[in-house]
Amino acid sequence: MAEGERQRRHLLGLNGVSAADLIVLLDTAEALAEVSRREVKKLPTLRGKTVINLFMENSTRTRISFEIAAKRLSADSINVSAAGSSISKGETLADTARNLAAMSPDAIVIRHPSAGAARLLADIVDCSIINAGDGWHEHPTQALLDILTIRQYKREIAGLTVTIVGDILHSRVARSNVFGLLTLGARVRVSGPPTLLPPEFAALGVEIEYDLAAAVADSDVVMMLRIQRERQGENFFPSLDEYAHYYCLTEEILAEAKPDVIILHPGPMNRGIEISSGVADGPYSVMMNQVANGVAMRMAVLYQLIVPGADGIRGSKLAHPPKKSLPRLDAGGAA
Amino acid sequence: MSAGATRPPTVIRGGRVLDPSRGFDETADVLIEDGRIAAIDKPGLIQAEAADVIDAAGKIVAPGLIDMHVHLREPGYEYKETIASGCMSAVVGGVTSVACMANTNPVNDSGAVTSFIRERAATAGLANVFPIGAVSLGLQGEKLAEFGEMFEAGIVAVSDDGFSIMNSHLMRCALEYAKLFAIPVIVHEEDNCLCANGVVNEGVTAIQLGLPGMPAAGESAMVARDIELARATRGRLHIAHLSVAESLEMVRRAKDEGLNVTAEVSPHHLMLDERAVIGYNTNAKMKPPLRTAKDVAALREGLADGTIDTIATDHAPHHRDEKTVQFDAAAFGIVGLETLLPLCLELVQRGELKLERMIEALTVAPARNLNIDRGTLAIGAVADVVVFDPRKSWTLRATELASKSHNTPFDGWDLQGKVTHTLVGGRQVWEDES
Repeated sequence: MAEGERQRRHLLGLNGVSAADLIVLLDTAEALAEVSRREVKKLPTLRGKTVINLFMENSTRTRISFEIAAKRLSADSINVSAAGSSISKGETLADTARNLAAMSPDAIVIRHPSAGAARLLADIVDCSIINAGDGWHEHPTQALLDILTIRQYKREIAGLTVTIVGDILHSRVARSNVFGLLTLGARVRVSGPPTLLPPEFAALGVEIEYDLAAAVADSDVVMMLRIQRERQGENFFPSLDEYAHYYCLTEEILAEAKPDVIILHPGPMNRGIEISSGVADGPYSVMMNQVANGVAMRMAVLYQLIVPGADGIRGSKLAHPPKKSLPRLDAGGAA
Repeated sequence: MSAGATRPPTVIRGGRVLDPSRGFDETADVLIEDGRIAAIDKPGLIQAEAADVIDAAGKIVAPGLIDMHVHLREPGYEYKETIASGCMSAVVGGVTSVACMANTNPVNDSGAVTSFIRERAATAGLANVFPIGAVSLGLQGEKLAEFGEMFEAGIVAVSDDGFSIMNSHLMRCALEYAKLFAIPVIVHEEDNCLCANGVVNEGVTAIQLGLPGMPAAGESAMVARDIELARATRGRLHIAHLSVAESLEMVRRAKDEGLNVTAEVSPHHLMLDERAVIGYNTNAKMKPPLRTAKDVAALREGLADGTIDTIATDHAPHHRDEKTVQFDAAAFGIVGLETLLPLCLELVQRGELKLERMIEALTVAPARNLNIDRGTLAIGAVADVVVFDPRKSWTLRATELASKSHNTPFDGWDLQGKVTHTLVGGRQVWEDES
């Protein structure tokens, strides 16, 4: 690659990514979706490129989805997981990343339990970094595939009312969806018990509604989040039973939504806890479309980040900003 | 120093001599003899044969700065800092006295460790080091350490800094027992349950970054408890690195009531708010965390009006490897000795703090908090003196710090105000040659 030809492009999150760039990614995914329906599911686009999937946290859907996406574009993809890697021998994430980077991959896809882990990699290695979920921070490809799914059903994101329900505080899926959906002009509502939905979320531009029925009312889209069973031990709610009593999406509650509502869930779901089987398996559920779109969306992200001069992406937020000194507080300090 | 080995006198000529301990602020010459302030007089009047002369024209001459909250890391963590390197960092920053916290390895919870620290400091021969002993054995928050043994060895205060004393009975006993020695109990206020896994202030930035937060109430609830205990015991309470507006308000009321409660604030809590962590900047990670702009404004006001007595750095050196990790895994804390003065001067330049008040908060106020005979240029006082050029501009390069560690969020900042000379006990230990 010619020197200075480009800055490395990363997808660390959707916060700050422009609407134009989001649309390029979504359109690319739309165009690539067709590959997965072919007899021979492969394009030569990324032949000779190497993608490392560095998964430091358990994942089935996301890891497989990235792996298939890379293979369908003819990239060589390698999976590394925490167990059985040098991480389990006490190597730091930074050193693992430097070692992987020394083998000249074109992209590293990282899933890590710490918020900011993807950003740390982008700061220290010279290849594209794709965040596949970092702590509670962001899971941008999940949100992109959610938005792609919504767009397929609703055509336009702008003007839709999208309600996200569950453990908002600890959810990277919620954050990425909030950032992406707001950028594309949707109205976003969030709902869940106050312990899992701090009022500071309003500062992101969402509406907060603690009552599930009121939150679902008139929604075009309802996105249910997985509730982690561990949270009941941390007193965020008294029991899964009580959580389900107030926040399980049932057919009865769903009647409050718009007649053409669609239901999303990033999986894996807890049937009977955050979503009833009737809703999960019912006519409004688009969960399998989400999974199918996941492959196309990740193909699009790999393509747009790895291929030099790939069309469209202009936004500075996908190019990683260089490190600068901290800015001083505004004059007068602290307005 | 034996009488036979007396040094020649030193005269600091023509500076603006600013000594808040006596309300003194005039252009004057300062004569130092036998390690003590011998005379202060109008420029040109002091005649001293064969004296060393420091030209302080255009500069400020003040009592040497006192930083009552420093982590020197020795014994145990010499890869972060040693007593010698920390003292070097201090005198480069114009700090002539530091009080060092007990969270070393072994913990300073015994007279032996206190004596070790003092011996090492004497060998370094740079800044004065006043050790602070642990409140509880091993900083475990369970059993009272031997205050008396440590006091006999030279501690000036007790503190479990780095940890909150969650056991209210232990805290009560510490306040009562410390009265025997007239030393303050310095508290790090952080409710362990409320702040459990927190790494940043709980607020909008934490939400955006997906990081676990430490709520303001995690500090203020503990401040409320300890002020109540100070009232009940009439003990001597000093609150370290106060960071939220709610705590400040409680200290204000406690002082109005006449309780023996004092407080300090760090330069970083005056200069940065929680947004400094955006981008997962591990050099903006510390305890207490950087708070909101509203808190910063309140702290500046509280410092200016004297509710907060003292500015102290919480100088916390950490190795590069401890900061080049995921944000949640990074060590808490930043170095501060060499940025203390210019950062404070920035508040003066902005008109938010009077220069006299700033010097007071860096000299006589911490001397009173610790009850040590420093922080003054009174005739006969130990000649710990700083001379600085308040207008000199320079750019901070973290890698050029004298401290063994370079973990500062102020890397690359253009600063104004630089220490030119530092004297400890009348001896010049630092001169800036840039």
